[in-house]
Amino acid sequence: MPDLSQPAGWLPLAFMGLMGAALLAYVVLDGYDLGVGILMRRADAGQRDRMVASIGPFWDANETWLVLGVGLLLVAFPKAHGVILGELYLPATLMLVGLVLRGVAFDFRTKAHAGHRPWWDRAFYAGSLLAAFAQGVMLGRYVTGFDDGLLAWGFAAFVGAAVVAGYALLGAGWLLMKTEGALQQRAAAWARGSLRLTLAGIAAISIATPLVSQRIFDKWFSFPNLLFLAPVPLLTVLLAALVWLALRHQPRTDDRFCWVPFAGTTGIFVLAFLGLAYSMLPYLVVDRLTAWQAAASTEALWVIFLGAVVVLPMIAAYSAWAYWIFRGKARDLSYS
Amino acid sequence: MVDAALNTLLLSRIQFAANISFHILFPTITIALGWVLLYFRLRANHSGDPKWTAAYGLWVKVFALTFALGVVSGITMSFQFGTNWPGFMNTVGNVAGPLLAYEVLTAFFLEASFLGIMLFGMQRVSRRVHTFATFLVAFGTTLSAFWILALNSWMHTPAGFEMIDGEAHVTSWWQVVFNPSFPYRLTHMLLASGLTAAFLLAGLSAWRWLRGHRGADVRVALSTGVRLAAVLVPLQILAGDLHGLNTLEHQPAKIAAMEGIWETQRQAPAVIFGLPNERTRSNDYEVSIPGLASLYLGHSLDAEIKGLNDFAQHPPVAPVFHAFRVMVGIGVAMLAVSWLAAWRSRRGRELPRWLLRVLVGMTFSGWVAVLAGWYVTEIGRQPWLVTGVLTTAQAVAAVPAPMVASTLTMWLSMYVLLLMAYVAVVFRLARKADSQDGAPTSPAGPAGPAGPLGRPGPVSPAPRRRAPAGHQAPGGLVPTARTRAAGAAGAFASLDGGSRA
Repeated sequence: MPDLSQPAGWLPLAFMGLMGAALLAYVVLDGYDLGVGILMRRADAGQRDRMVASIGPFWDANETWLVLGVGLLLVAFPKAHGVILGELYLPATLMLVGLVLRGVAFDFRTKAHAGHRPWWDRAFYAGSLLAAFAQGVMLGRYVTGFDDGLLAWGFAAFVGAAVVAGYALLGAGWLLMKTEGALQQRAAAWARGSLRLTLAGIAAISIATPLVSQRIFDKWFSFPNLLFLAPVPLLTVLLAALVWLALRHQPRTDDRFCWVPFAGTTGIFVLAFLGLAYSMLPYLVVDRLTAWQAAASTEALWVIFLGAVVVLPMIAAYSAWAYWIFRGKARDLSYS
Repeated sequence: MVDAALNTLLLSRIQFAANISFHILFPTITIALGWVLLYFRLRANHSGDPKWTAAYGLWVKVFALTFALGVVSGITMSFQFGTNWPGFMNTVGNVAGPLLAYEVLTAFFLEASFLGIMLFGMQRVSRRVHTFATFLVAFGTTLSAFWILALNSWMHTPAGFEMIDGEAHVTSWWQVVFNPSFPYRLTHMLLASGLTAAFLLAGLSAWRWLRGHRGADVRVALSTGVRLAAVLVPLQILAGDLHGLNTLEHQPAKIAAMEGIWETQRQAPAVIFGLPNERTRSNDYEVSIPGLASLYLGHSLDAEIKGLNDFAQHPPVAPVFHAFRVMVGIGVAMLAVSWLAAWRSRRGRELPRWLLRVLVGMTFSGWVAVLAGWYVTEIGRQPWLVTGVLTTAQAVAAVPAPMVASTLTMWLSMYVLLLMAYVAVVFRLARKADSQDGAPTSPAGPAGPAGPLGRPGPVSPAPRRRAPAGHQAPGGLVPTARTRAAGAAGAFASLDGGSRA
């Protein structure tokens, strides 16, 4: 391990952290957008408009976190970008197709011919579903170190389904906060339906990662690491129980605690991410390529790092402000 | 093996060209349209005239749709760098990486975050904040162009770096960003964006006018488009000329290909027409004006222009040669049409129908010119990806050719569909706006009676309410008698509003 007191030692790790944070922000933020899209098919026409309205002012900025995450992979770890996205060529392309469909359908559905709207709604749904599933497959492939066996592909497909469920859970949690009446009731039901598969997916990944690599296995199941790490699964179980309990009583007539399922799910996602990050560190590709091996030159990293340190807090501030402006229950979108 | 690699190279190039060609269409519009919207917004704020509000109302929708297409097609690009062109980042990643990162950090988040407020926030924020959001979106799109053109220009005329073990390392960021071709390329591109948006404004407004919608909002959008074009075309011709001279200095082979000049010569002719033939190394059916190329390139009849035969490597001639003529041809047409239209519409005169039809025909002419111009400069850089540093063939990934072929097919079919849908919907937006000509659109929201854009209008809301009902008629058939009537009423109302101001 390189000397961490030198920039050449700690900068790559800092960028791994930044990249992970950007991807985590993407998963939670665009996760609820995609989840709302996945749930669209189950709603009626009026509810669809309201669902789209609930994510309308945000989805664009949310998607930008993916550009940042992949951008950081590209610019900070150019060698890993080629390896990882080369291995993920097909699912990544499918994800992009899904994101394109979802993104354009958002605008076309209200601006195109009224008779075409059901078709754009279908594209919105299909695009969201495809993007979510492809992202899950990418995660599954990544975790197994791009193993090409049948079992590994089956595992990737299962993770794909679990990510669809996870995003649906986030989306339903979002709708619980942002909508009222019949739609809110349906959102609660949707959330209850997707919770189980989400948890199964997280459990499957937790079991699979140590099995893929002896190194990761030793990292988790040795003393005293086991003690330090025990809170991760324990907290996950606690949060899952909290979400489950909250959902039994949602929605409430006074709308209290409507934020609990979304916040709890976000917490579960953060914990799952931390667990995965701990398993991976300092590797970008399981047991093949470390952050240091894949990093761009230290001087290039410095330039980006300085920019990121200055600009990221500003981005966080004005993103928070945009959310504040559109706080409360979603209203119909209007350009005027 | 060689064949397979060649196929992958060719297919990857076609795929990248398809993606970037599709992508550039949309930022080209939004970069300039953002500033046009800010102009509409400011005029609305200052004059309180509803025509500016109505113009903003239509064009912000066009902006939203265009922006969405730009965003989704842009994400694709950031993936393809790695999936199809790993050699690019492996060799020049230390230069390209920070430039791309700064684009994402300083521009993408800015425009994406404030877009929500600009589009849907009118009733949630004050007029000032909304105007500011509009400014930030326009600023963000332009900033994004700044960074990406810095990178693109660097690929043409790299500077401020040294090669160590096959990797570029930056010695001066100032020289990297402000590399020799950057100021020219940025200016040329921003003006191209202005022209594309100007002809879109003029064309769509002329189309509305021909359909009988002559509200004051249509009038101001039309005249904004025409006058913007009339001012920008001469500037663009000047900028293009300077850019050409810069290219002559740094990439002379590209100029030789653009001009179709094979032999090094004094009094080089300007080839008006011809079919470059790389086998005979001459132009078939050439029509040319002697000495003219020496005159405009070297600013003297005796200036020597280096011919293609004297370069060890040069780009494929025919595509560069023809694309250049398409671009220049459209530029000349733009000059003629915009000046004629500006003259004929002086002091509020109405344009003749034939000229309006010409403007409608040129609605998307900016797109064709921009694509042609990009083909000139990008194909003109071949066989290099980064001039003198890295060839395109060295950068390509070893993705199996059939894999690239299948993703390429998928992208192409999707792009064709989306492009058709986009053009249809832009015209549809203009048609739907018929019924709202000049009518004040904002019901009193939380922003208060002053309303974000302004003024309680003199019009009764009746025509406005009726309009949507007409549009949602079964099957959504286009203008029913009712929408037409509502449109006329709205147009009348807006003229009224115009005279009041």
